[in-house]
Amino acid sequence: MKPSPFDPAPILAAQVFAALGDRTRLSLLAKLGDGQARSIAVLSTDTALTRQAITKHLHVLQDAGLVASLRVGRESRFAARLETLDEARAYLDRVSRHWDDTLGRLKAFVED
Amino acid sequence: MSNQEVAIVSDRIEKTIDLNAPLERVWRAISDHTEFGAWFKVALEAPFAVGQEARGQITHPGYEHVTWTATVVAIEPPTRFAFTWHPYGVDPNVDYTKEEPTLVEFRLEPLGAGTRLTVVESGFDKVPAHRRDEAFRMNEGGWAQQVQNIKVHVEA
Repeated sequence: MKPSPFDPAPILAAQVFAALGDRTRLSLLAKLGDGQARSIAVLSTDTALTRQAITKHLHVLQDAGLVASLRVGRESRFAARLETLDEARAYLDRVSRHWDDTLGRLKAFVED
Repeated sequence: MSNQEVAIVSDRIEKTIDLNAPLERVWRAISDHTEFGAWFKVALEAPFAVGQEARGQITHPGYEHVTWTATVVAIEPPTRFAFTWHPYGVDPNVDYTKEEPTLVEFRLEPLGAGTRLTVVESGFDKVPAHRRDEAFRMNEGGWAQQVQNIKVHVEA
């Protein structure tokens, strides 16, 4: 067993995956996917949601590390932190490689 | 300014492997605790039983100090075996019982004279109860399907 599968980040991953588990938040993230920071007002256009609802969803994304907020003058703007998505994917990749190793051993075991 | 597509991660892992061994042989290798331990590298103390915790020391070199635990949730001979566990819950200083477990399912089907085995691990999006806020509670449930095809466009 290589040491790499045992570098755990499951708590972070769970929070990221749970934050992604919502259509509104996914669409917010998609709007931010070009790397530009946007205000809540801009992010609220084209949606039926209130600014309060958008703000709540942005905070969930922020708590999971998927967006960062920055202050521009008197308003908050939000930008995607796509490296967090990469980390979550890397975590699943580690779990995935671990299963490859384990199932390789099972194959050798039953085909012997 | 070019666009790079970044696919959002899925919250489940699915593996399929074709084995040149009959279904009954593969079933025994998975459901018999001694045989399971031989390839999974864990010295299990007792036979698997639904609803019971399986426990044993990991036998992989370098990890012998780690106790492996899982809770068996299904034994359906000879096609389905499932347990919940904490993936990589091997840090002795962390109390993993407070974290939400993932579900691991082994599904077996005959493939000619051999066996097709599918392993699915799911539930990576479960947040421990003490970490959940209201927004999470309002949006529980699987999401792998809905994000399967959603991509984020990111400025390269």
